[in-house]
Amino acid sequence: MRKVLIAFTAVAAISACASRPDPTPTTNTPPPPTQERPQGPVPGSVEDFRVSVGDRVFFGYDRSDLTPEARAVLERQAAWLRQYPNTRVLIAGNCDERGTREYNLALGARRAAASRDYLASLGVAQNRMETVSYGKERPLDPRANEEAWSVNRNAHTQIVSGAVS
Amino acid sequence: MMRRLFFALALVLSAVFAASAEAQVRVNVEEGHLNPMPVAVVDFLGASPAAQQVGGDIAGVVRANLERSALFRPIDRAAFIERIQALEVPPRFADWKVIDAQALVVGQVTPLPDGRIRIDFRLYDVFAEQQMTGFSYATTPDNWRRIAHRISDQIYEQLTGERGYFDSRIVFVSESGPRTRRVKRLMIMDQDGANPFYLTGPDAMVLTPRFSPSTQMITYLSYETGAPRVFLYNLETNRREVMGDFPGMSFAPRFSPDGSRVAFTLDMNGNAEIYTMDLRTRARSRLTNHPAIDTGPSYSPDGSQITFESDRGGSQQIYVMNADGSGQRRISFGEGRYATPVWSPRGDLIAFTRQSGGRFAIGVMRPDGSGERILTESYLDEAPTWSPNGRVIMFFREGRGQGARLWSVDLTGRNLREIPTPTDASDPAWSPLLP
Repeated sequence: MRKVLIAFTAVAAISACASRPDPTPTTNTPPPPTQERPQGPVPGSVEDFRVSVGDRVFFGYDRSDLTPEARAVLERQAAWLRQYPNTRVLIAGNCDERGTREYNLALGARRAAASRDYLASLGVAQNRMETVSYGKERPLDPRANEEAWSVNRNAHTQIVSGAVS
Repeated sequence: MMRRLFFALALVLSAVFAASAEAQVRVNVEEGHLNPMPVAVVDFLGASPAAQQVGGDIAGVVRANLERSALFRPIDRAAFIERIQALEVPPRFADWKVIDAQALVVGQVTPLPDGRIRIDFRLYDVFAEQQMTGFSYATTPDNWRRIAHRISDQIYEQLTGERGYFDSRIVFVSESGPRTRRVKRLMIMDQDGANPFYLTGPDAMVLTPRFSPSTQMITYLSYETGAPRVFLYNLETNRREVMGDFPGMSFAPRFSPDGSRVAFTLDMNGNAEIYTMDLRTRARSRLTNHPAIDTGPSYSPDGSQITFESDRGGSQQIYVMNADGSGQRRISFGEGRYATPVWSPRGDLIAFTRQSGGRFAIGVMRPDGSGERILTESYLDEAPTWSPNGRVIMFFREGRGQGARLWSVDLTGRNLREIPTPTDASDPAWSPLLP
């Protein structure tokens, strides 16, 4: 997740550089345009949800209870989802590789349900949310170490329809 | 594909010659590894070059099967003294005693007028100087490999007194691509790794295939329709279907011994419970009722009980219940997490995956939880499956950051071997002996 964020920030920075006016204009060039290009994602877009809100919450080893950090992210998700009431989400539960396959499918389902239930308690209608579990089958970080495993234990809220494009 | 199962196998003459209660030659499956029995397998005779070729191939497959079992040691052909010329002439036993062959396998391939071939084989007890068994099969030429497996099973059964397992297949998950976007497809192959082919395409991720113990069916998990669902695959018709359109997700399927039911897990709202479904009526009944994770059901071979895993006691452990869900009781009490219980086809043991101290092990225990033994352990060993005779366990092993491969180990904990697969492979399931 951190890596994705960094990568995205880097991309944003590069595109910002490209669109920024020349910092040392000479006198015989026209003045820079005053109109600013939007630098963040379009509000209400999938990108907006992913970058500005945060689309993943993380769990402890063999845990499916929400940490304070996870609650904070889900609270931002709920606010965003209330602001864009036509959107629908799929919440996918994921696990690290240090568990057996079928147990992890069930554990991932628990994690997805924990996210969904908290969003519902914050006013997001149940019928806008679906859940799925990928168990240990879809790791975000392919490495086999503690850092990767902590990132791979997550619930991923994806906007599947209704977002601004 | 089903041609192979429906091959025209005819027992043209069951030339069983006095199969010997008195035969002296015997291998003990518990201790045979310590001193594998020397066996001479002669290239089968052939009246034509083509028949000779098949005869050599059959003997090669038989030798490989016997060697892989680790109960037998095929003797190098270069050491043979007698050159078998005709099947009807008894062998010169003295020539085989000299090279310490305890058992001798000879055979012959004969082209038939209708295009098929006849395969004759005989097994001799060298020191008793008598024939133990002999068979003759007529079959299509492309079916020689299955006959070689059947001959191997005959030899195994005659020399160990237990049923064989060579004429069987493995269904598993073929893996390819990067770890973050792994492509997982069903693949099936012979028990020795021959004849591998795909059953499903690359688009839908599949997991955990299992054979029916008594019908030509496979059940597995697929993401084909989005949510994970239990599918049925008929090997005779090549048709697949969703087992039932349940709410939530369904996974962890396993057939009942007679193939008429599937026990599986249904997860609704993050609560995994075990159900069984009657495949004829499609009626389902719920067996567990607990907020914990209940999954991984596996029937006892008599169908009266089901073993499963649950974290209702605070961590993943193995339980046993009656087939109607009554009498649920925990049987694993060792250190660590216990998962993936699978009942032996003999009924006497339950194989499992144990997670402890950052490592994963494959072990067995009795259905009452006693007699726990760890057979093999590594960074990740998971998902045991039993050979049809309950003597060998196959599983998958993943090194740290490595792809998964199939391995087998004997119930004794010896004879650990990697099974050749064309791709990385996981979730093996052993078929019953083929019909």
